[in-house]
Amino acid sequence: MRFERREQPVAAITIGAPILAVTISLLVAGGLIALAGAPVLASYASIFTSAFGSKLAITETLTRAIPLMFTGLAAAVAFRAKVWNIGAEGQLYIGALAAAAAGLWITAPPIITIPALIVIAACAGMVLLVIPVFMRVRFGVDEVVTTLLLNFIVLLFVSLAIEGFLRDPLAFGWPQSVPIPEEGRLPKLVDRSRLHFGLVIAVGFAILVYLIHRYTVFGLQSRAAGESQSGAAFAGVPIARTLLGVACLSGGLAGVAGAVEAMGVKGFVSTDLSPGFGYSGIVVAMLANLNPIGVIFAALFVAAVFVGADGMSRSMEVPTFIADVTVSLALLTMLIALFFAAYRVRW
Amino acid sequence: MMQTPALVLKGISKKFGAITANADISISLQVGEVIALLGENGAGKTTLMNILFGHYMPDEGSVEIEGKPLVLGKPRNAIAMGVGMVHQHFSLAPNLTVLENIMTGTEPLFSLRSKTEAARAKLTKLADRFGLLVDPDAFVSDLSVGEQQRVEILKALFNDCRILILDEPTAVLTQPEAEQLFRLLRVMATEGLSIIFISHKLHEVMNGADRVVVLKGGRLVAERQTSATDKAELAELMVGHQVKRPTRSKTTPGPVVMKAKDVTLIQDGHKRLDNVNFELRENEVLSIIGVSGNGQAQLAQVLSGLVKPSSGTVEVLGELSNNLTPTELTERGVARIPEDRNTEGAIGALSLWQNAILQRIRDPRFSKRGIVRGQAAETYTQDIIRNFDVRGGTPQTEARLLSGGNLQKLILGRNLSENPRILIAAQPARGLDEGAIAEVHRRLLEVRAAGAGILLISEELEETMLLADRVQAIVNGCLSPPVATQTLDSRQLGFMMAGEWGGLEHAV
Amino acid sequence: MIDLIDILFTTGLWSSALRIATPLIFATLGALLCERAGVLNLGIEGIMTFGAMAGWLAVFMGADLWTGVMVAAICGATFGLLHSGLAVVLGLSQHVAGLGITLFASSLSYYIFRLAVPVQGTPPTIEPFQPWSVPVLSDLPLFGPTLFSQTPLTYLALILALVMAYVLNRTPIGLAIRITGENPHAAEAQGLNPIAIRIGAVVTGSALMAMGGAYLTLAAFNSFFPTMVQGRGWVCIALVVFAMWRPGRALLGAILFAVFDAYQLRLQTNFGKAVPYQLFLMLPYVLSIVALVVMSRKAKVPRALMKPYRRGERD
Repeated sequence: MRFERREQPVAAITIGAPILAVTISLLVAGGLIALAGAPVLASYASIFTSAFGSKLAITETLTRAIPLMFTGLAAAVAFRAKVWNIGAEGQLYIGALAAAAAGLWITAPPIITIPALIVIAACAGMVLLVIPVFMRVRFGVDEVVTTLLLNFIVLLFVSLAIEGFLRDPLAFGWPQSVPIPEEGRLPKLVDRSRLHFGLVIAVGFAILVYLIHRYTVFGLQSRAAGESQSGAAFAGVPIARTLLGVACLSGGLAGVAGAVEAMGVKGFVSTDLSPGFGYSGIVVAMLANLNPIGVIFAALFVAAVFVGADGMSRSMEVPTFIADVTVSLALLTMLIALFFAAYRVRW
Repeated sequence: MMQTPALVLKGISKKFGAITANADISISLQVGEVIALLGENGAGKTTLMNILFGHYMPDEGSVEIEGKPLVLGKPRNAIAMGVGMVHQHFSLAPNLTVLENIMTGTEPLFSLRSKTEAARAKLTKLADRFGLLVDPDAFVSDLSVGEQQRVEILKALFNDCRILILDEPTAVLTQPEAEQLFRLLRVMATEGLSIIFISHKLHEVMNGADRVVVLKGGRLVAERQTSATDKAELAELMVGHQVKRPTRSKTTPGPVVMKAKDVTLIQDGHKRLDNVNFELRENEVLSIIGVSGNGQAQLAQVLSGLVKPSSGTVEVLGELSNNLTPTELTERGVARIPEDRNTEGAIGALSLWQNAILQRIRDPRFSKRGIVRGQAAETYTQDIIRNFDVRGGTPQTEARLLSGGNLQKLILGRNLSENPRILIAAQPARGLDEGAIAEVHRRLLEVRAAGAGILLISEELEETMLLADRVQAIVNGCLSPPVATQTLDSRQLGFMMAGEWGGLEHAV
Repeated sequence: MIDLIDILFTTGLWSSALRIATPLIFATLGALLCERAGVLNLGIEGIMTFGAMAGWLAVFMGADLWTGVMVAAICGATFGLLHSGLAVVLGLSQHVAGLGITLFASSLSYYIFRLAVPVQGTPPTIEPFQPWSVPVLSDLPLFGPTLFSQTPLTYLALILALVMAYVLNRTPIGLAIRITGENPHAAEAQGLNPIAIRIGAVVTGSALMAMGGAYLTLAAFNSFFPTMVQGRGWVCIALVVFAMWRPGRALLGAILFAVFDAYQLRLQTNFGKAVPYQLFLMLPYVLSIVALVVMSRKAKVPRALMKPYRRGERD
């Protein structure tokens, strides 16, 4: 058995790959649902209705998609330049924490507070990713492990902060941070739901990233650096500066993810602010084939799976982890599908 | 009585996608014979040998070794039946020792202990017998290129090969080393080995082989006994028509445009460049000639702005250029053609227009305030495609879809359409077919006549004699004094490449 | 100050260091084997998690402890086969394939665990491995109880490091693995099959990773709970670099790290009032990053690490 590179990737497979991935992962999920003793078809139906079956369901799905769009963009931006940012989870938390801390000192109308908090969160996320990327550029340290380890360090730091200097003195029970000030809370898009203005910000950033990639010098240079570092270096692309720029953009996006979640949904920071949005963002980016506009749709899909599975697992008594299994499986099948778009098999 | 041939290839055919690499090739090799497989780049010689050794599976055809059929597709079978191969790009692991490289795969995979001492003894005996001296415990990364080739040959001998294939063996050797290699091959042949070597160098084929098989465009077009033919006939058979090589007109060199003074480069504790001095003038071609691995790649990197010298200075158009980036050099009119067009010269996944303007991205024609001017870039690229006859795509096509020759034309085009003052060309014709080579040479001479100074870094004697006004040889990072090419013949140039610089008339 | 140094001399510290080191040794050796053959296996965190769950579940359902370890190893090997399929046969990005497997294996393990063990107040436990004292040797002063009164898995880990060093450096299969990780074309030119060798190394390495996970549930603790691996897998990836891809150094590195971790735990009990406990918990991760930075500059990476090998395609 041999593999031959095709001259042109098969367009049908490239476009259809996400759908194929999703279908296969849902089929396998069906098998696992059967293993749990639950009725498979009814469970599929339950997933769908929990995600889309009512106005509340749709707003929940959209709300859940917002942080995924940000972390998906963060991963897409980084991976396109072959910067392996697996630290979005930590960057998310540090962004949220920075926003909460800044909220203590900023007293201004929302039109100023909200952008200020977002910018501060972006800066915090940036710094967190710039450190590992700097270590890669200067010392040759692989950023995969360093960004991963930083996730754990940051989570511990957040725990320390909200039990200590950022503690909310009025909260009883589970420790949480000082609340985001009222002026920093994102307005709701739909009354009596959790859907907030962050959706607009997320879509806006997706379009912005798309424009950057398509039309700017930085976009071209970062792609070149990712595809061939020697070719880019020969052509005079400043590799170190470009990769650090990518780190700023990617880390910043992940930081904003955390701030927006705190400002829009929870209103404060706690250690369970993110059920793995950073890692799911990687899946979102791969399902979107690293395309910023595709990230919007991939995030919606992943959010639908999570929200739908949440509802389904409650009513069918299937463990909630079915959502994570389905989503991670979609990632693997997507990879395989993309491979067969680019290569043909020879027996 | 007809002796069974050592090797018979019958009707070998192989296609890669739309490209026919081999078409119905049949060759036989007698015991103790040395044959040369001759053809220009892309003729299918390496593909054919890779099929014989088992790296590739042919679409059609069969192979017999001493009358017995060879199961194709796995090197293991070829090795078991006595075929050994010395690859053009060595199949060695640099971080392992010589002995480890040679022992790999020679013992049953799941035995409990490697019989290192027995292997070492066998290796030493072989090395002594054939005069291939090498330290079994040295790391391959510490060996010179010539020594590494010895290890490749010893690998084949260690596996008790009776048929030895060598793919362009003298590409990395000096003249004396090449002569020594062919003497060794003769000795092996008298001891009963049968040898095939691949070459595109006519003098080598005439001197080293009993018989020559000529491939062109994937087909076998001729076979000759070397005693019954000459270089002119072979050249014509190889290319199929008279290729008109450009001639160098007389020019008067102008002022100095680039100067290197005492440039030294130390990398990983090795001195790659050792007090390099040269001066390049307008209207001339200065060739730095040397066997690969003597510091040319590093010299090209220093001059291209990719690496800073450890000491010494480089001046471009009177300005100190040690710290200039590739972009700054390009802005000052320095054109660079890299040695490896696939890893440095172009980025395969990007389009032709993106590859054409990437090194000039800050030029106001191609970007404004950080935004790329795609339309202007595509028009610019369309002009290059037209003026330089780049075939295989439009400005939007991905670069990896272009053939080697067309990619090189694009690289030439993006440099030459800017009327450079200085052109640094590293191995510009490597891996191209005769037609493309002539085209590249013609363009270089045009640029010279237009007033530029060209620094040609080359491995090929003929190319240097044809294009260069003056030549300096590079050996172990040292440059010889410059010599006017019209005072030299090929043999003298060969000695220069081997490091013998005494008794030459210097041309400053 | 005296207290800080005193802690170093308690057998308790060294004893718990060896216990902490055991899963690290298994998993680091597993990752090392994969990387020596040229494959980065970022599925380690998920494989350790699944191994922990599978081993525990087997014992919970009635098997004996060693069978539990075997079950874990087989599950690990299966995920190794999946990773090889993606990263070696298809040549996909080793980073993304590995991360996908970590996400998949972790979530699948939690799902299966929940199916078998519904949510309850206190999670169920099993009877873990008991320490087994080596006769005579365990009565030696100072390091006797430390070194020779450990669970059998710890002894196995120590032996494994020595065995792997021997296999890699002194056997034909070890040489084949090493050359595949340096230059697969060279391996093929000598008649070996680099794809098969890489698959074998990844499958075996993944089995070891899973055994490391099984130690957590079958010896260290006696129950399974989600996120119990806590990033140990990533620490092991860092330890491989620190060990410069050598098994002997990997053993030392794991033990050094574990000593530090055990030390940090004891500092918590002594200073817990003054200093937030999170700072202590952070230290091992920080140490891993520092170790990476220090070693990255010197380490001789296997040259073909992370480069997919495709027959008939030259680089």
